[in-house]
Amino acid sequence: MAECGAGGGGSSGDSLDKSITLPPDEIFRNLENAKRFAIDIGGSLTKLAYYSTVQHKVAKVRSFDHSGKDAEQDHEPPYEISVQEEITARLHFVKFENTYIEACLDFIKDHLVNTETKVIQATGGGAYKFKDLIEEKLRLKVDKEDVMTCLIKGCNFVLKNIPHEAFMYQKDSDPEFRFQTNHPNIFPYLLVNIGSGVSIVKVETEDRFEWIGGSSIGGGTFWGLGALLTKTKKFDELLHLASKGQHANVDMLVQDIYGGAHQTLGLSGNLIASSFGKSATADKEFSKEDMAKSLLHMISNDIGQLACLYAKLHSLDRVYFGGFFIRGHPVTMRTITYSINFFSKGEVQALFLRHEGYLGAIGAFLKGAEQDNPNQYSWGENYAGSSGLMSASPELCPTQRARSGTFDLLEMDRLERPLVNLPLLLDPSSYVPDTVDLTDDARARKYWLTCFEEALDGVVKRAVASQPESTDAAERAEKFRQKYWSKLQTLRHQPFAYGTLTVRSLLDTREHCLKEFSFPDPYSKVKQKENGIALKYFQGVVRALDSLGWEERQLALVKGLLAGNVFDWGAKAVSDVLESDPQFGFEEAKRKLQERPWLVDSYNKWLQRLKGPPHKCALIFADNSGIDIILGVFPFVRELLFRGTEVILACNSGPALNDVTYSESLIVADRIAAMDPVVHSALQEERLLLVQTGSSSPCLDLSRLDQGLAVLARERGADLVVIEGMGRAVHTNYHAVLRCESLKLAVVKNAWLAERLGGRLFSVIFKYEVPAE
Amino acid sequence: MKLRPLFPWFVLDIGGTLVKLVYFEPKDITAEEEEEDVDSLKSIRKYLTSNVAYGSTGIRDVHLELKDLTLCGRKGNLHFIRFPTHDMPAFIQMGRDKNFSSLHTVFCATGGGAYKFERDFLTIGDLQLCKLDELDCLIKGILYIDSVGFNGRSQCYYFENPADSEKCQKLPFDLKNPYPLLLVNIGSGVSILAVYSKDNYKRVTGTSLGGGTFFGLCCLLTGCTTFEEALEMASLRDIYGGDYERFGLPGWAVASSFGNMMSKEKREAVSKEDLARATLITITNNIGSIARMCALNENINQVVFVGNFLRINTIAMRLLAYALDYWSKGQLKALFSEHEGYFGAVGALLELLKIP
Repeated sequence: MAECGAGGGGSSGDSLDKSITLPPDEIFRNLENAKRFAIDIGGSLTKLAYYSTVQHKVAKVRSFDHSGKDAEQDHEPPYEISVQEEITARLHFVKFENTYIEACLDFIKDHLVNTETKVIQATGGGAYKFKDLIEEKLRLKVDKEDVMTCLIKGCNFVLKNIPHEAFMYQKDSDPEFRFQTNHPNIFPYLLVNIGSGVSIVKVETEDRFEWIGGSSIGGGTFWGLGALLTKTKKFDELLHLASKGQHANVDMLVQDIYGGAHQTLGLSGNLIASSFGKSATADKEFSKEDMAKSLLHMISNDIGQLACLYAKLHSLDRVYFGGFFIRGHPVTMRTITYSINFFSKGEVQALFLRHEGYLGAIGAFLKGAEQDNPNQYSWGENYAGSSGLMSASPELCPTQRARSGTFDLLEMDRLERPLVNLPLLLDPSSYVPDTVDLTDDARARKYWLTCFEEALDGVVKRAVASQPESTDAAERAEKFRQKYWSKLQTLRHQPFAYGTLTVRSLLDTREHCLKEFSFPDPYSKVKQKENGIALKYFQGVVRALDSLGWEERQLALVKGLLAGNVFDWGAKAVSDVLESDPQFGFEEAKRKLQERPWLVDSYNKWLQRLKGPPHKCALIFADNSGIDIILGVFPFVRELLFRGTEVILACNSGPALNDVTYSESLIVADRIAAMDPVVHSALQEERLLLVQTGSSSPCLDLSRLDQGLAVLARERGADLVVIEGMGRAVHTNYHAVLRCESLKLAVVKNAWLAERLGGRLFSVIFKYEVPAE
Repeated sequence: MKLRPLFPWFVLDIGGTLVKLVYFEPKDITAEEEEEDVDSLKSIRKYLTSNVAYGSTGIRDVHLELKDLTLCGRKGNLHFIRFPTHDMPAFIQMGRDKNFSSLHTVFCATGGGAYKFERDFLTIGDLQLCKLDELDCLIKGILYIDSVGFNGRSQCYYFENPADSEKCQKLPFDLKNPYPLLLVNIGSGVSILAVYSKDNYKRVTGTSLGGGTFFGLCCLLTGCTTFEEALEMASLRDIYGGDYERFGLPGWAVASSFGNMMSKEKREAVSKEDLARATLITITNNIGSIARMCALNENINQVVFVGNFLRINTIAMRLLAYALDYWSKGQLKALFSEHEGYFGAVGALLELLKIP
């Protein structure tokens, strides 16, 4: 990794601002393809946004172009895999101190190869100051955008596109950040921006907002008055002073006026009756810390009170706070939260944003990119390329402090297709995909972080093995290892860095990192081989099933689904067996399953249901390639079709572990159709539909699914949702409540998790749920 | 006829910064009474009415004296006296020296200090305090004082053209329909009450940014030692020079109080007068802003500002008047009252005399 002043010690930045060399693979990535720019220059930080395209290697699967018998040869794979270049869109945001601005502009100029861009959107107070510099260096015309419009646009964008963007701050709880699940309807809300002054804006829709009030007592008051009182020049230092002070030495409290009697009167003696009320004397000295603390309380309380008064007047209960006064400072988040709770008596929620500092830049960018309709797309935070939420509290994390003072990154990938809620969710606003919140559960967090650390060697090995022809695979795999390892270490210290930490986010981060180093699908060959083997067994399995009586067959089908689910390269216990014994078969898997009664066992209820009328349409979320999809899911699908139930089979859009992808599922379905008339005619008659989920995660977020899938589920009147696999039915969605019947099944292939659930390795979860009447 | 308490009739409102004392001086004392009165009572009357200053810090606001008032069938004058709360120990000591406890009268006090100093009154002064609720007293006092007027003049007033030094006028206001009323009491801190009738009111909210904040910050920033001094500094420049944007009114949305002080150069160039003025404007505008929001939320359009922060503080009053009018587009009216900080004490006196 190239050494750079920026990446090292941020505190010494002043002397390095002219001479830093920025490593292109670290900070301003993908500049050569950058096409749109926006810049937000604040009082001390600059935020640069640009839109660029990223070339990715992707593994594509394609059926062999012959329908003859050759493909049926034993050693012949069922389809071919080719690695192709794919171009995707990505938004890059970089935040750095204003002292670096010239060096950064020079760097951009040198690396901007073939942009046709002529204009740069600019916002923020500093946009005026640096206008000439930007125009001179970049030869782009500076187009100034309204600060507030940019802020609101940016806020809407992050609230819609970034899961766990908003959080509440709870002091004394661990962690202090309580992330909010994304509300399907973000409007209306109040945005209180605490810059030098305070602006209070009511946001009603995407395009409609109203500036309803403000106050001149804001961050500038804290800073200016604080500097006068304490002779401390820097904002951060003032906050630091405040965090050490005792305001009661300066403020007149209720107990100072009432004496000890406040208790009998039901008054809280610690309430401030008069800010600085005790400093009205000539013959006493006050400490800097105490005065700074008093000032901080005075300003935070005042802003909180005004925000509550405005929230009440406009009947709003969600208030987002931003601006430099707040920006990542636990001290101010704490005092503002206290004030909001106090003045609203808990009726108003003070919320903060992970990417608050980027709102202006995001908004300015969106303004400039209106013709590209960025709001039509769904975007996803790229965990590999984003710094995450740094704690600004030096006590909390001294090492991160130094880093956050230099370069902070956010990358967002434009997703192929818009993502929406599954219409079958009972209450989208309260849906939480993840079963365990690892930010909350320290024991589980330790376990899973260690688990992912230990699995890293194997993942690296597999990544290298997946690209035998590549000369630099080992080198890239090593970079991947370093990147993911450092992410895991960050998460150990700051579990809240990317919102709520979950098994899903750990898995997704790993996928993003793999992709970043051009390992698009490390399991493509494994999946290809397993699909080939499983296809050969399909007819035999189906024949055996068909020979059973009805009741016996239902149980066998369910066991097949479960047994198929044992084949999962994501779980260490299984990959150990599979690596050592490739012949590990379907029947053996069935034998490994726990005997009934299972750990969670509502099979009898399910069987009873099957004796009733058929479901209209089943939506099935498939898990693994190979035995799972071919010998587990397809026979189950076949039975449903047989009963007269239509089936929507949903597979991942992109690769994740050995999960079956949508394009693989198409080939597999074709191959099965060629062998099986039931599947064949169902595909022909569109009673069996294959769709993509819009996701590339081994887990499942039912609030971010491909729009096509959602539309189809609604059109076909899906009345049964089947979710299989540990990632989709245990790590996520275990507690998901649907409007229709649901079946969640998985084999617990992790001993620790099994124990936690009260079972043993290979315990079975069979959870059939019927919505309450 | 009801039993009236024995003389002397005086009460205390002990706030965070100031003690307000209201004393009723009977002018219809009969010779018989004169004969009966104990020496200590005469001495109190003489001490309070023949002086305008007490010790180094006590002051009688002679201009506020209400003449020829009838209370409980007695005619007399009402005197208004104030001294800093930190001199309470000296006051209690004086009560002991002058042997107040021998008067066998009820000793009434309101304000937080009634609680804080209750024990000292008892142990040092041998006086049993009758503690009265400060908000009850405040409202009672305002309504009463408004009803008796100000020696033939109106008690309540407002400002016309507050932003214009040439045309600004202080005009009497007839509070004939007092309800509903938003009452903003600016003492050391600020309390805001919504008053719907004589006995129906609620405390809406309060803020700790009040008179104590103005004075406290001024002491720290300018080294001044008295409220008068702080106000004098704040008034030195003609701040009514026309353009109100200079103290961040129409432009408040982007303006920042003390925001310029983020710059080292400007900090070095700033004068004490500028700092005092900025402090006054910041605190006053903020109170105006909170009062306006409360008025909107409570759907009340007359706002009465009282409390000692407004004493000799025309700048603050005009600023409040202007801010309320400007931001409400003329819907809200800022009202003021001549006896600014004494209503709690007056209310306490009425309680003492059991005047409903």
